[in-house]
Amino acid sequence: MSTPTERTTGSTEVKHPDGKGIGLWLKLALVLLGIVLLALLPQVLSRYYIILMMPFFAYSIALLGLNLLFGYTGLISFGHALFIGVGAYSAAFLMRDGGLEYMEPLILLSLLGAVIVAVPVGLLAVRYIGIYFGLLTLAFGMLFYSFLLKFYSITSGDQGIRVEKPILLGFIDTTGIDYLTGPFYYYCLGLLVVMALVMWRIVKSPFGLTLRCVRDNSVKAESLGIGVYRYRFYAFLISAIYGGVAGVILAVSVGQVDPTMSYWTSSGNLVFMTLLGGFTSFFGPIVGAGAFILLQDQVMSLWEYWRLVFGAILALIVIFAPSGLMGLLTMGWKKVVR
Amino acid sequence: MLHAVDVHKNYGDYVAVAGVTLFIDEGEFVSIVGPNGAGKTTLINVLTGLLQPTAGHVHYKGHDISGAGPVKLAQLGMARSFQLVAVFAELTVMEVLQAASLTRLGRGMRLFHSLGSDREVRENAEHIASLFGLQDQLGVKSGQLPQGNKKLLDVASAFALYPEIILLDEPTSGVSTSDKHRIMETLVVASKEIGIKSIIQVEHDMDIVFGYSDRIVALYEGRVLADGSPQEIECNEEVMRNIIGREPVRNA
Repeated sequence: MSTPTERTTGSTEVKHPDGKGIGLWLKLALVLLGIVLLALLPQVLSRYYIILMMPFFAYSIALLGLNLLFGYTGLISFGHALFIGVGAYSAAFLMRDGGLEYMEPLILLSLLGAVIVAVPVGLLAVRYIGIYFGLLTLAFGMLFYSFLLKFYSITSGDQGIRVEKPILLGFIDTTGIDYLTGPFYYYCLGLLVVMALVMWRIVKSPFGLTLRCVRDNSVKAESLGIGVYRYRFYAFLISAIYGGVAGVILAVSVGQVDPTMSYWTSSGNLVFMTLLGGFTSFFGPIVGAGAFILLQDQVMSLWEYWRLVFGAILALIVIFAPSGLMGLLTMGWKKVVR
Repeated sequence: MLHAVDVHKNYGDYVAVAGVTLFIDEGEFVSIVGPNGAGKTTLINVLTGLLQPTAGHVHYKGHDISGAGPVKLAQLGMARSFQLVAVFAELTVMEVLQAASLTRLGRGMRLFHSLGSDREVRENAEHIASLFGLQDQLGVKSGQLPQGNKKLLDVASAFALYPEIILLDEPTSGVSTSDKHRIMETLVVASKEIGIKSIIQVEHDMDIVFGYSDRIVALYEGRVLADGSPQEIECNEEVMRNIIGREPVRNA
């Protein structure tokens, strides 16, 4: 007996982010340990790996947002790199044409840019679910990609735009220090912690619970007086904001923006990272982002056909571990405790 | 309270409801009966705004609510339950009832409040759970409840809206006979406690229909065949033979 809203794969039951897997205190301790470890990394790792951590922070933030849509609202976006692109290009434009050189207004204005784009896209897309929602978001992502590529006079096409290093907190600039591995690394870490806290608050709020109702059964949700489209729309906006912030980090850390940032393969990578880490867990996507970046770095240096390896991994996850790495970790933990 | 006037609903060429006029007053418990395909669920879906009628109107408390949509109707004090079990499978019993309480109090959009520390919502949910005997299963995921309790939870979440009128689409279908009366008793007691004014139900089990209804509406091929008290229906030969499947009561 299974209703269409239940997502089960064979005998492996997919648990949603709401499940209380391990104790709250243990979770808190693990999270704090994670933050401390991340803070210590620049002392131990080489510059190469610290630079590799920048996209980790960016994607982690983007995925926190994406998973509000995917894990909590049940909408799979295949075009989410659109908002990373909007955030990144907003920052690039603001610096190149606006002469803005402070990080905080850059983030706020780029986030606003993401919202402006997300409103029309969201209004249209949230009326659809499943594959239709996915394809619509994919279409808008491709539209933006084409815009970036073709409107050469504004976007410089595939050459992209150079991005300077903005001043952090109003006083930290690049003079005399290694900006990226020093202050910018900690800035990104701080941003990730803040944005994760805000997202934690959102998923544990009345709004978060209502989103899960919409995900599990939208007809029933409506009969309880829940305006399904409105909730999906707000979830979409929030996820776009997270994408926009991620875009700014990515732009600054790479020092360059180009259209591939919002190409469909980037959106695909985001979905891959979410599945790899586990969309059923709050921290799954962050784990997924870390694992993806490490794996990509390692496999790419070994074999030029790294995408083949990634394809195989994705297939294995979907079939054998639909709850991703976090699902496997929780399962392993439960066995240890028992 | 709820008036349907000459309601029609067609699906392409197929006529599901062919001109139903129905008046539900405050304080009534009305059962809609009829064979499969008589248009019962379609009628409920039109009455609850899920479907727009092809022709005709539905009025509720002075508002024309034809096709108004369930969200608007929930705000106006109308709730419903579903024929097939409709719960949020991944949510616990507590969470389902909390969600219903949240929409009733208009707090669903609260983004940064902590759900866990909203005492009013929690107590509300616990109160409804105890009315339906679900208080010991608050932590159980809805999808893992036994069938009878899923059904109860579906109804309970509708009751948690504190509606004035409730439409129940086969509240006891797919439930064992012993559970049926338990569900109905629970339902009647809970509706008094909550202050629900009218109940409309679609039901196949004639013991339940005759045991609990003030009025019975018999539908046949999309039309109202009869509309009257259980005593009147019992004497209606056509309805008893064609719909109830029993001999009419003579000289009752």
